[in-house]
Parts: sequence; structure tokens; C-alpha cells
Amino acid sequence: MSQHLPRASFCLTAALVAFSLPALADPLTVSNWDGYMAADAIDNFNAETGNEAELVLHATNEEIMGKLIASKGVGYDVVFVSSPFAEVLNNLGLAEELDHAKLSNMANLYAEANALQHDPGNTFSVPYAWGTTGLCYRSDLVDAPTSWNDLLKPADSVAGKTTMLATDRWLLAAGQLALGYSVNETDADKMAEVRDLLIEAKGTLLAYDDTTFYAKLVSGEAELVHAWDGWCNYGIGENADIKYTIPEEGSDLWVDTMVILKASENKDAAYAFVNYILDADNHRWAAENILYKVPNEAAMAGLDASLIETFPNMGIQPAEMLAFEQLRDVGAAQRDYSRLVSEIKAAN
Amino acid sequence: MTSDRRPLILMTPALLWLFGLMVVPCVLILALAFFRRGIYGGIEYTLTFENIALVFDPLYFHIFMKSAGIAGLSAAIACVLGYAAAYAIAAMPRRHQPMLLFFAVLPFWSNYLVRTYAWIVLLNREGLIVNLARWIGYQGELPSMLYTESAVVVGLVYNYLPFVILSCYAPLSRLNPDIAEASRDLGASGWTTFRRVTLPMSLPGIATGFVFVFVLSIGNFVTPALLGGGQFQMIGNLVYAQFLTANDWPFGAALSMVLILVMLGLLMLQAVVAERASGGKGQDG
Repeated sequence: MSQHLPRASFCLTAALVAFSLPALADPLTVSNWDGYMAADAIDNFNAETGNEAELVLHATNEEIMGKLIASKGVGYDVVFVSSPFAEVLNNLGLAEELDHAKLSNMANLYAEANALQHDPGNTFSVPYAWGTTGLCYRSDLVDAPTSWNDLLKPADSVAGKTTMLATDRWLLAAGQLALGYSVNETDADKMAEVRDLLIEAKGTLLAYDDTTFYAKLVSGEAELVHAWDGWCNYGIGENADIKYTIPEEGSDLWVDTMVILKASENKDAAYAFVNYILDADNHRWAAENILYKVPNEAAMAGLDASLIETFPNMGIQPAEMLAFEQLRDVGAAQRDYSRLVSEIKAAN
Repeated sequence: MTSDRRPLILMTPALLWLFGLMVVPCVLILALAFFRRGIYGGIEYTLTFENIALVFDPLYFHIFMKSAGIAGLSAAIACVLGYAAAYAIAAMPRRHQPMLLFFAVLPFWSNYLVRTYAWIVLLNREGLIVNLARWIGYQGELPSMLYTESAVVVGLVYNYLPFVILSCYAPLSRLNPDIAEASRDLGASGWTTFRRVTLPMSLPGIATGFVFVFVLSIGNFVTPALLGGGQFQMIGNLVYAQFLTANDWPFGAALSMVLILVMLGLLMLQAVVAERASGGKGQDG
């Protein structure tokens, strides 16, 4: 007995150390899309603030949402998600109610960025990047498109050389906008119209493509593609004949946001990270690296004029974007959206 | 000897591995099929059969049948090509056969994604095949070969062909040449000998190859996504979408369950074919 006691207490101590050590050194876990921050952002943050942040990647909003819902938000501190998903996190009670006193750099944001439809006043999400969804095309091969119908009902010479985004909401939004409906329309009859239009359009597509559409433009495989403005810039960077336009029926205003998880055990570091990104220089550095507009007035003011000349959509003004509707969380109707997309993709 | 426990001891690690990391997770996933999905994904633990019923909804059933069609076509083409190759290899001098088999399975040494991407490089509108045609002097516009159903079938056949070659080679190489000779001595032509003697005796190999390609193809989601340009939704893509984009794990589980049952049914059928064939040969062990 007396022999066992020291050993038992040693084991207990060892166990305590083993359990508490990782907690002490537990790094701040940030989840973002691959390539959606400057490559050195995390290292710079760690070096400047003495924190220990690590970056994990998610490929899609849905992927990170699945993980967050399954774990009730445990295991992540700051996540980058598109605004409808930030809304879901808030509706599920997983998003931290933001203490603006800890985010002094929020003052850098455009006034418009404090009046976003999904979260007026940025109470649970902080906008990181924003932009429009429109048409990216080879101006040397096709006439400048003006309408969503130029994509959905292409001229014979362009048919078979178009691609569309495959992600549920944006795929549907192209049809909703072409028909003059809200990008959050859920009426069954109107959505059936949208579906039929998109099935018709599918017959003229080269492919659905969320990730390599700009490369298809560069190679000439595609001539007109459905694209997020910032992503079109990667094509423009390789071929100056590639241009971006917003169709006359309009666009959605998409906003990618930073959300701090309520379950975070490193909230101070999480706030520090979000505040670090919102710093004028850091946020500008992000914009220059990812070629997306950021909702940070101080950062955008520091952008090199030649950058906007090369990538004209970097110059789209906040007031112009705010005229567009944001994709909103549609709750239970999301299941209907998924089914519609299955119907479109299974049609031939 | 009857109390020799060595086989059991040797098998235990593999069995534990299979049970803990395959059977248990599969059962857990399949159990989800009987629960309800929450509004935002997640699972509500109320029992329901609606997910299973939904699999047979015309929309999803159509996708199932379409996948079966594409998988069946791929398996049939792979069997014809693979059998011919296996027949040719088995007819070669014995000492050359290992080398030829080695070449047949060589593609397996490279990554599946790389092999599939290679077809994108070959088939796309600005790809090697089109440029070759232009170089030869073809002027007109060629239709896009990529992002079509045929491209999906080509990709599946290409990737799984070595399985069929191996499965057909096994019975063909073990075939006793005296039997074919006897058939010819009894007056059968070469074709009749093949059709009535060689083919039936190598049928288990064809059945194995067919089922292999079919089962691997019907659940495949990479090839339809890459070579089909997302326009051909196979059941694998649908399952993938339920787990990773629609966040409807219960429905994804229900689809997986039906898919696993179909595959099990086919594997049992194949076992029966193999059993019959070996039974026909008598007790040769």
C-alpha cells in the first residue's frame, strides 16, 4: 500500500500535467479557405502579438458548418464563413456576441459595412471581404455580355463554352436574378420557374465549376463564365483580355465574415486576431494578396491605383454594392434549395 | 491440432482493426438513416423512416438508375477490353507473362487523381487530342469530348481496367490446354471451342471483374465530378453532397445504406457464379 501510494500520486500528477499542458499551450485555431489570407498573416500575427495562432483550412462553407454544428463550436476560435452561414451560427447560438470595445479597428470599416442586411451593426460577425457575382469573359472572343440571359441562353457561338457556379445558392441566384426574383425567393412556383430555366441553361454549359473557371477562360476552353468578382481577377492577372461585368439585372452582394465562436477558450486572442486583420495595413495586405475588395475604408484608401487599373472590379464602390441584395439564411427552405439543385444536376 | 489457436491469434489484430475502424463507424453512420435532420443540419434523435422512403423518390431513384447504367456500361466495356487483354497475355509464352501483367497494373502506381486529370489534359477543347487533330490538318470545330457522359465512362473504364485483366487472367492462365485440344479433336472449330469451352470456364473471372468495376464505379464521385464537369450526378456525388454540402447526414446515410445493400447483393451473386463454376469442375480443389 505504502509502496503504491507514491506511484499513484505520481501518475495523478503526470495525468494532470498531461491534461493541463495542452490547455496552457492551446493555440488559437483559425479556420479559413485556402489562399484567402496573405500567406504570412498568421505568422505576422503571432510575431507581433505573442499569440500562438494556427490556421486550419476548410474547402467550403458547408464543410466548416458541418464540423461546427457537430462539435457545438468547440475546437475553433475564429472562423471565416459567408454571411448566410454566419447568420446560421448566430441562430444556433454558436456565435459570440461581439464586444466592440475589444475591436478598436472596427473604426476602419466603411459606414456601409456597418449596415449589412445580415447583421446590422456587426453584432456577431465582422465583414472580411465583399463583392459581387457576375460574368467573367474573354473580351477578345465574345461580345460584352449585358444580361444573365447571355449566360443562361447563350448565342450559338458561345454555347458549350460557358460555365456556372455549382454551389447551391449562387447557382440558383443566377436564375433568380435573370427572372427578376429575389435571391432569397422561396415561393415554390417561382422556384420551379428558376429550376426550369437553369435546366435549359445546363444544356448549353461546358461544365459547372466553382474553382477553376478562370483557368478555363485563360486556356480558351470557356469564353464566358459565372464568377465571383475577386476570383475573375486571377484570370485577368494572366490574360488582360479577360473582363468582369455585373449584368443589368443585378448581382447579389456577398460578404465573407469573421465569426468568433462562443465556445472559444481563447477569446482575448480571438478578439486580438480579428482586430489585427482589421488594421488598415494588414487588411490592405490581405486585399492585395487575395485580389478581393475588403470592407475596410482605411485599407482600400491605401491600395495602389495601378492595382485598381489592372483589376477594375477592385474599384466597385460600397454604395454600388449595397444596392444589391445579400444571400440570407432561408432556414428550412434550404432543404428545398438542395433538392432543386439535385433536380437540375440530375436532368439531362 | 484442433486446439491450435495460432490462426485465431494471427487474425485478431486484423479483425479488431476491421471491426473497430470499419464495422463500428459504418453501423453508426447507417443508424443515422433512421433519424431526422435538424433545420441547420445536425441530427434530431426522433425515429423516422422518411429518409429511406426518400431514396425511392423518383428524383433520387432516377439518379440511382442512371448511376447503375453508367457503372454497368463501364463494367461491360472494361470486361470486353480486359478479357481480350487477359486472353492475349495468357496465350503468350509463360516467361513473358509476369512482365505483361506488370505493365497492365502499372497505372496503379500513380495517384488516382493524377490519372483522372490526365484525361482532362487529353480531352479538353484545347487539349492534346484536339491539337493533334489540328496538326494533322483537321479544320472544323470539334465537339467537346470532356464533361460528357462518355468522358465519365472512359475515365471509369481506364481506371478499373487492370482489375478485370487480373481477374480474367487468373482462370485463363490456369486453363488446361489439353481441354481445348480435346474440343478441337472432337471437331469443334476455334470459335466454338472458345464459346463452349474456354469462355464458360473463365466466366468466374469475368463475373469478378464485372462486379468489381460496377461496385467501384457506382459509388465513385471523383470521376463524374472531374470528367463530367459536375453535370452528371452519380449516386456517389449525391451521397457526398448530403454529407458535405447539404449537411443532411440522415439522408446521406440512407442513400449509403441502400448502396451498400446493392453492392452486397452483387457480391453475393458473384460468389454464387464462382461457386457454380468451380462446382462444375468437380472436386479439384
